[in-house]
Amino acid sequence: MGKITNEELIKRIGDQFAGGVTLVGEPYGLLTMETSRELIIDLLTWLKTDPALQFIFLTDITAIHYPEQEKSIGVIYHLHSLVNNVRIRLKVFLDGDDVHIPTACTVWDAANWMEREAYDFFGVIFDGHPDLRRILNVDDMEAFPLRKEFPLEDPNRVDKKDYFFGR
Amino acid sequence: MKNHPVFTDNDPQNELSTLNLGPTHPATHGVFQNVLQLDGERIVSGVSTIGYIHRAFEKIAEHRPFYQITPLTDRLNYCSSPINNMGWHMTVEKLLGIKTPKRVDYLRVIIMELARISDHLICNSVLGVDTGAFTGFLYLMVYREAIYEIYEEVCGARLTTNMGRIGGFERNFNSIAFTKLRKFLKEYPVALKEFEALLTRNRIFIDRTKDVAAVTAEEALNYSWSGPILRACGVDYDVRAMEPYSSYEDFAFEIPVGTNGDVYNRYLVRNEEMWQSLRIIEQALVKLEKEPSDIFHADVPDFYLPPKEEVYNNMEALIYHFKIVMGEVPTPSSEVYHAVEGANGELGFYLVNDGGRSPYRLHFRRPSFINYAMYAPMSQGMLLSDAIINMSSLNVIAGELDA
Repeated sequence: MGKITNEELIKRIGDQFAGGVTLVGEPYGLLTMETSRELIIDLLTWLKTDPALQFIFLTDITAIHYPEQEKSIGVIYHLHSLVNNVRIRLKVFLDGDDVHIPTACTVWDAANWMEREAYDFFGVIFDGHPDLRRILNVDDMEAFPLRKEFPLEDPNRVDKKDYFFGR
Repeated sequence: MKNHPVFTDNDPQNELSTLNLGPTHPATHGVFQNVLQLDGERIVSGVSTIGYIHRAFEKIAEHRPFYQITPLTDRLNYCSSPINNMGWHMTVEKLLGIKTPKRVDYLRVIIMELARISDHLICNSVLGVDTGAFTGFLYLMVYREAIYEIYEEVCGARLTTNMGRIGGFERNFNSIAFTKLRKFLKEYPVALKEFEALLTRNRIFIDRTKDVAAVTAEEALNYSWSGPILRACGVDYDVRAMEPYSSYEDFAFEIPVGTNGDVYNRYLVRNEEMWQSLRIIEQALVKLEKEPSDIFHADVPDFYLPPKEEVYNNMEALIYHFKIVMGEVPTPSSEVYHAVEGANGELGFYLVNDGGRSPYRLHFRRPSFINYAMYAPMSQGMLLSDAIINMSSLNVIAGELDA
């Protein structure tokens, strides 16, 4: 893999953000860390501009919904350091009633559409976003369709019920 | 803004016209809408509207077992569906820890490179059409047909291929597939040379494409571009080389890069990538000779459906078949990100699994979606006709844009 090991990365981030960034794990070798919304932009900026790390490539921003958790909405960032060939995944969990997080458009312009997508499907409000509108769904839609409570199909339909093999 | 005349407020010429480019317009090759403010033929500003063919794949995927998600991935970038299929299978294999035999890897490489060729040849020949040269398109389209015939031998389908299974292929490649592949490898370089002779040094083509929509490497990285259009800006980022999957590390190939990221550079990069793909396929054919010819899938009875004859006559096979179809096989609760080099850039699959029969969350990192975000900002100050060519050379596929 890359030129920087995950241990070294954990140590550097720990030195810079004492206690603010916690380790979640390294599933399949991809370092995953969690932080708070107060720190996320500082962390992204630092990761991008640090001359040794250079996580200059924002691979993806997406969200996830865990309805049972108190902090039910997660925002997930994937970054890639093209110089060192290392990836990192950052997570921020937000309260279901207070889904505000600062925008990453100040760090990368690519975040614009990615955040619009996360807003469109999960209702995450990216504070400071220049143009936070729905992107794939129709403008007058009221629900956030990738949240777990949104049914895939109209629950009142009976023509598709399968009483024998339904699970 | 370059070359834009400045008018006073009272000047009657100081009026912008609004133009709806799309959603269905022959020059946009798909369902793209851009509301443009035009000053004469120069674009002052534009707003992209997307989502016309949004089909909620990420939501549907949360309700389907892994093997039923493959047909959804077909419909992302439908010009190179096998790359999406195999990218998805490799993601699941990464999650499950399945190691595929070398022969499977090489067969996959052959199919993925064929898909890359078919995607690039469409993009480049259609770029010719948009600049006024229809001939190259007709020359090359025959070879997309040849590639589709190879797909047909391998999986039975042509466009939305649903090719392969978790662990490998549903059946072995037959001899007709290899015959057709060898025929393609013999004939295509001749046609591609002819195509390059038509366009690469063509004065009209160069005038229309050179220095049009030039993008610097910094801008491209700022917008997270990937794939041929990023490499045309001079950044040598290719997932096949950075994080080799499917045994790409066994192959010798070069990553072509451009200099200033204009439409002409993108055209050159794509053409060169087709040559490199042909080189990879030829190497793969040589490597395949050393592998046992009867292996076409990994030995994973928990996830690879047994042959149908056995299901009907054999208890064990029936049990496995039932377990797989009903999703009774436990899977690890974890999350995995796997990226492949799609024809348009880094195609990523972010899969969060909770051990159930379908993903808890599946997100596609779709290169067309992310590449297209720059289209409206970069069109500012551009001529309308250049903006059309720019869109053509970005090779945005509506299915991948909207998911």
